Amino acid sequence: MLTIDQATYDAIVAHAKRDHPDEACGVVAGPEGSDRPERLVEMVNAAGSPTFYEFDSTDLFQLYKEMDANDEVPVVVYHSHTATEAYPSRTDIGLASEPGAHYVLVSTREHGNNDGPVEFRSYRIIDGVVTEENVRVVPQLSSD
Amino acid sequence: MAIEVRIPTILRTYTGGEKAVDGEGASLSALIDDLEANHPGLKDRLIEEGDLRRFVNVYINDEDVRFIGGLEAELKDGDQVVVLPAVAGGAA
Repeated sequence: MLTIDQATYDAIVAHAKRDHPDEACGVVAGPEGSDRPERLVEMVNAAGSPTFYEFDSTDLFQLYKEMDANDEVPVVVYHSHTATEAYPSRTDIGLASEPGAHYVLVSTREHGNNDGPVEFRSYRIIDGVVTEENVRVVPQLSSD
Repeated sequence: MAIEVRIPTILRTYTGGEKAVDGEGASLSALIDDLEANHPGLKDRLIEEGDLRRFVNVYINDEDVRFIGGLEAELKDGDQVVVLPAVAGGAA
């Protein structure tokens, strides 16, 4: 199960809506071993595409350097699908390389840049196997 | 001559769980061959058809090797090499 706070959830949805019709992407970092998505980092989709996303290689390096310095890991790796459902594509599965992360998919196909509900789903993707998990949105992450 | 190579989570199965290993070589290509000798299987995860895999990024001292010669990028003692898989995907 992914437990995420409302503000981070809302920020991911807002990012996806803002970048629609291109795919939006980013991570939520958290302390290593905590499974707590605490620090949202919106990334630029270097592919600038409605059907593909990729972190810019220099941004990627800076991100990992920063996480390393903070003893953080990418607890959540998110991106949007803008014309299809919020389910990992074959490409997503083939390129998933963070076995410890929750892969969040947001679909903006219904309302695009406008207000309205989105699909927000979370998965584990390990060795090509996709397992969907529940998403629990809480007002705030508990302090322990 | 030792070069520290930082290994991403997904490739640590080849390094016995180690986050960083030491290797040697005067070029990235030579370094990868040296790593392969001690961590069999690693090379295939980095190289495909004689070139760096499209969705693997390698950095030498903070620079993406694609901008500094790719597999022929030069290395010297004390350099730090970081391997990071691309974070990519999409509906296509």
